[in-house]
Amino acid sequence: MAEINIRNVRKSYGRTQILHGVDLDFKSGEFVVILGPSGCGKSTLLRMIAGLEEISAGEISIDGTVVNDLEPRDRGCSMVFQNYALYPHMNVAANIGYALKVAGVPRAERDRRITETARIVGLEEMLDRKPAQLSGGQRQRVAMGRAIIREPKVFLFDEPLSNLDAKLRVQMRVEIRRLHKRLSATSVFVTHDQVEAMTLADKLIVMNKGHVEQVGTPLEIYHRPRTRFVGTFIGSPAMNFFDSTIAPGGNFVLLDGIQMAIDPALGRDNAGSTVSVGIRPEHCRLVKAGTANSVPATVDFVEELGSGRNVHVDIDGTIFAVGGDEAPFFETGATVGLQLPSEHIHLFSRDTGLRLDDAPALKHNTNQSTVAA
Amino acid sequence: MIERTPILNAVTYFIMFLGLLLILGPFWMIFAASTQSLAQVNTVPFNFVPGADFLHNLQAAWQRANLGPALFNSLVTSLLVMSGKVIVAALSAFAIVYFRSPLRHVFFWMVFLTLMLPLEVRVIPTYNIAADVFAPVRWLIQTLTGIELSLQWNLLNSYSGLVLPLIATATGTFLYRQFYMTLPDELAEAAKMDGARPLRFFIDILLPLSRTNMLALATIMFVYAWNQYLWPKLMTTEADYQTAMVAMRTLVPNINSLPEWNISMAGALIIMLPPLIVVAVLQRWFVRGLVSTEK
Repeated sequence: MAEINIRNVRKSYGRTQILHGVDLDFKSGEFVVILGPSGCGKSTLLRMIAGLEEISAGEISIDGTVVNDLEPRDRGCSMVFQNYALYPHMNVAANIGYALKVAGVPRAERDRRITETARIVGLEEMLDRKPAQLSGGQRQRVAMGRAIIREPKVFLFDEPLSNLDAKLRVQMRVEIRRLHKRLSATSVFVTHDQVEAMTLADKLIVMNKGHVEQVGTPLEIYHRPRTRFVGTFIGSPAMNFFDSTIAPGGNFVLLDGIQMAIDPALGRDNAGSTVSVGIRPEHCRLVKAGTANSVPATVDFVEELGSGRNVHVDIDGTIFAVGGDEAPFFETGATVGLQLPSEHIHLFSRDTGLRLDDAPALKHNTNQSTVAA
Repeated sequence: MIERTPILNAVTYFIMFLGLLLILGPFWMIFAASTQSLAQVNTVPFNFVPGADFLHNLQAAWQRANLGPALFNSLVTSLLVMSGKVIVAALSAFAIVYFRSPLRHVFFWMVFLTLMLPLEVRVIPTYNIAADVFAPVRWLIQTLTGIELSLQWNLLNSYSGLVLPLIATATGTFLYRQFYMTLPDELAEAAKMDGARPLRFFIDILLPLSRTNMLALATIMFVYAWNQYLWPKLMTTEADYQTAMVAMRTLVPNINSLPEWNISMAGALIIMLPPLIVVAVLQRWFVRGLVSTEK
């Protein structure tokens, strides 16, 4: 168990900067998920914690000790790799026990701990097999066994589930969470899969282009995305966006003539400026054409999900997704009405992409630049 | 490829059979000659039917060339060269692939360039060094500090002299390098996370994984070392250190002696045997090591 503090950490390869100053604090025993698209620097950050990448600037400390110049073996972390990286010539027992062998743990003690670990990850029957004789899920378990046998302070997971098929992934997800509950070591899990991120995280970190976009619980991030990027990245289908000008009175935004009420205080500060309005597909409502407060739209196509459906509608060339369990069925080409409940509307600055009711200082700037334009 | 082409098949078989004859023909000739008497072996045209003097010829060759000690010397030097090459090549490829030193490409290309400089090309400088190993060191110390040292180490007429100059191998380094590069980086990283230092990783992970490679290299290098002629001939003036290849020279008839080709061929047959055995035993690994990598 250990807390991890990351202070203004940067990474650059030559002149290309990958991480632009990351500040994060992970509490002891927390399950942290770092989520972001590929190339956002999430794996690099994880590898810097592990000690597999040099830290170009800044400081990482584990349990109060700065680890910048420590070798991986002295940091008390263990890691599960995306391709498992099992030693192909060793059997399962030797793979799991290798760290102990290196550490010089006596044979009897080692065997005892291998058996115990194998029991935890459900591999007691497979100890004599070579990795090539195992299925993907079993290899994954060996990799986890190898990580837990050392009783590390910190677990690092580098997209460990992305090589598994969809069904196994869900199963392993549950097992990882269960394992964490049992061992309660601080865990850092990197993924690009938002479902994994939402389901596993105590604390979710969304990264983009080498910056941390938002830190929070999964629900905080879902309900109050701090930037337009986070709004788009979390949720499936992605959040719908349209540009709108806040009415001079300052208490509503407009889409095709339909008004949506917004927080008056917020509206007053931004009156007359153009903002980016976001609303999640599952919060949009489809109604019969002509219903009051609805925007006329044409059904573009329908995706059936079994439990519900995603209906994509066209409003003057802008495609809106409407989803969720209760989306009613409409034929392709039908004319319908789209209602956007104002309590579910997110407002973002068009220039900075920041949430308007979240960053007072920037709100002012937005206002100015709009006026200047 | 599945095709029905009986004529093409017949042609390919014919060509393969021709190739086989070309390869096996000389061997049969050696064997046939080694069984014939002096008169039989010198008949023109050559008679491919074996004679009855095989054992006699073998015995004569063995005694005349003093093959017992010579074969022993060859075996010792070949085994030493072989293991030296297998170990040094593994280590140098390890250094080139796994350590990010700024000059590693320079070193790799320097090693690679030596492919173009076989021993035969640099035989005189190599001989100079072997005759006086510390000459460059003495020169360096003298030019730098003015102190003249009397360090002497002479490799002539010794096993180290026969072995050391042959140990460096660009082919082997290259073979290992290609193999190491097929291994995923995560393997090294996983070992690092498990606490293994570089040498530990090399011994516990890399060496067992490159077993087929090592055996393939060992096969080639044993045969290479066994077949060395020029270097042992230059290096050894004492009969004690003569290798089989050099000893073979005494069996080749010269202008003033009897044309006893039957005895030369019997000697050739004996000398051929050890590398044949090595290739036959390691052949399976040899092919696997060069063709594919074990998953």
